[in-house]
Amino acid sequence: MYTHLRLFFTTALVAATCLLNVPVKADEPTQHEAEKVVEGIKDEEHKIEHNLEESEASFDIGAMIMHHIADSHEWEITHGVVIPLPVILYSADRGIEVFSSANFHNEHHEYKGYHLVHGESETIVPVDESRTIYDFSITKNVASMLLSAVILIVIFTSIAGFYKNSKGKAPKGFQSAMEVVILFIRDDVVKPNVGPKYEKYLPYLLTLFFFILVNNILGLLPGSANLTGNIAVTMTLAVLTFIIVHLNANGNYYKHLVKPTGVPAPLLLIMIPVEIVGVFMKPFSLMVRLFANITAGHIILLSLFGLIFIFQSFVIAPVISLFALFLNFIEIMVAFIQAFIFTLLSSMYIGSAIEEHSHADHGH
Amino acid sequence: MSLLTPNPGLIFWMLVVFLLVVFILAKFAWKPIIKGLKDRENEIQGALDLAERTRAEMIQLKSDNEKLIAEANAVRDQILRDAKDAADRTILESKDKAAVEAQKMIESAREAIRNEQQVAVTKIRKEVATLSLEIAEKVLHRELKDKEAQEQLIAELASSARLN
Repeated sequence: MYTHLRLFFTTALVAATCLLNVPVKADEPTQHEAEKVVEGIKDEEHKIEHNLEESEASFDIGAMIMHHIADSHEWEITHGVVIPLPVILYSADRGIEVFSSANFHNEHHEYKGYHLVHGESETIVPVDESRTIYDFSITKNVASMLLSAVILIVIFTSIAGFYKNSKGKAPKGFQSAMEVVILFIRDDVVKPNVGPKYEKYLPYLLTLFFFILVNNILGLLPGSANLTGNIAVTMTLAVLTFIIVHLNANGNYYKHLVKPTGVPAPLLLIMIPVEIVGVFMKPFSLMVRLFANITAGHIILLSLFGLIFIFQSFVIAPVISLFALFLNFIEIMVAFIQAFIFTLLSSMYIGSAIEEHSHADHGH
Repeated sequence: MSLLTPNPGLIFWMLVVFLLVVFILAKFAWKPIIKGLKDRENEIQGALDLAERTRAEMIQLKSDNEKLIAEANAVRDQILRDAKDAADRTILESKDKAAVEAQKMIESAREAIRNEQQVAVTKIRKEVATLSLEIAEKVLHRELKDKEAQEQLIAELASSARLN
């Protein structure tokens, strides 16, 4: 997929450059000059192609993208500016070990019997291969998650303060800005989908929405972690929704699984497995949807920026930047949409499990 | 492929941090926020209900007032009518009474007149009788002095008697 993308953008941008260059130089009148211009364009094209080959050889865009969307044991804000993060390891024989990731200088450097291996993603590997270790390090993603947790707690407890202190007054400032979103989630997402007992699930669903939203937006900042584009994170969220759904589901929901209403008996052979697969498909789809959307967005943006380094041309860079700007706006939209969809679907799953009459959702 | 394999360490931290965030926000943020929002909604709803109730009350009051005015008007009309009737009746009664009284007065006047007349007639009769006796006496007295005159008188008397 990425090679296709690269091919597409390469051709598109080479074509764009030719078009951009011609009108600028076509003003010069004489035949002689025109020939010169044609030669110039050819030279330019040649140069770009040459750059392309050369840069592609030296610049591995795939590795660059993977490096940016994968987790890391250090927070590289920009090239050379690195914040080391704590490494926390647990092993049966040594117990808990905590040390800074700055102790790993390179792939081959060994510290306390561990290597930090930069493969597709970073892993800490013990030198003695018979040992098994569990890595609970504060990685870039965990650090970013903690940052988002602090942001969420600070924002919403301060807003809660407004409600306590200015009771009976009109909302103002930041409070009203957030209130619109909270009310939207409560009245248009949770209330209609969960049903009359929505208040019990509101805190979880509101936190879910704002957690995903804040992390989606944080992920768009340059030098930040790609938290909601990490499958471990989306899996945890999806599993939490799954657990909440199945802890609160009523008899109707479980009965519906083994005896779907209005299905003739012979079809039950097919329907029961379908229903049971559906139960697990729901959280799975939640997990994959958020992960894929955010990761894909990051990959596209990074591919565009990678093109700048591949072409190394002042003509192409602004065009790509415009493109990237446009995609950034789309990514901001996606950040909101994905947070909204995750919350909406979670509400729908909860709602269908606690519904009193047997009209359970058939898992679309 | 590493993209698709969840890292257990990250899952652990995610669970811890996310659940902590859920509990902290639920206790210190969502509860007061949702309560604040609900209180405000109730307040607004209460104010709207109150306005609606007040409006209904005003309408009720207005219709009550109108009814009261209508009743008062009716009572006034009734009183006026009654008064007029009473007056008419009084006038009529007075007229009748007056007529009867007048009749009575006339009657009694007539009676009195008749009585007076009777008395007067009797008196006049008496008077006339006395007067004629006196005249007769005087005449006789004078006539008897003169023979001629006596005769004349007798003649006269005779002629007048004949006329009777």
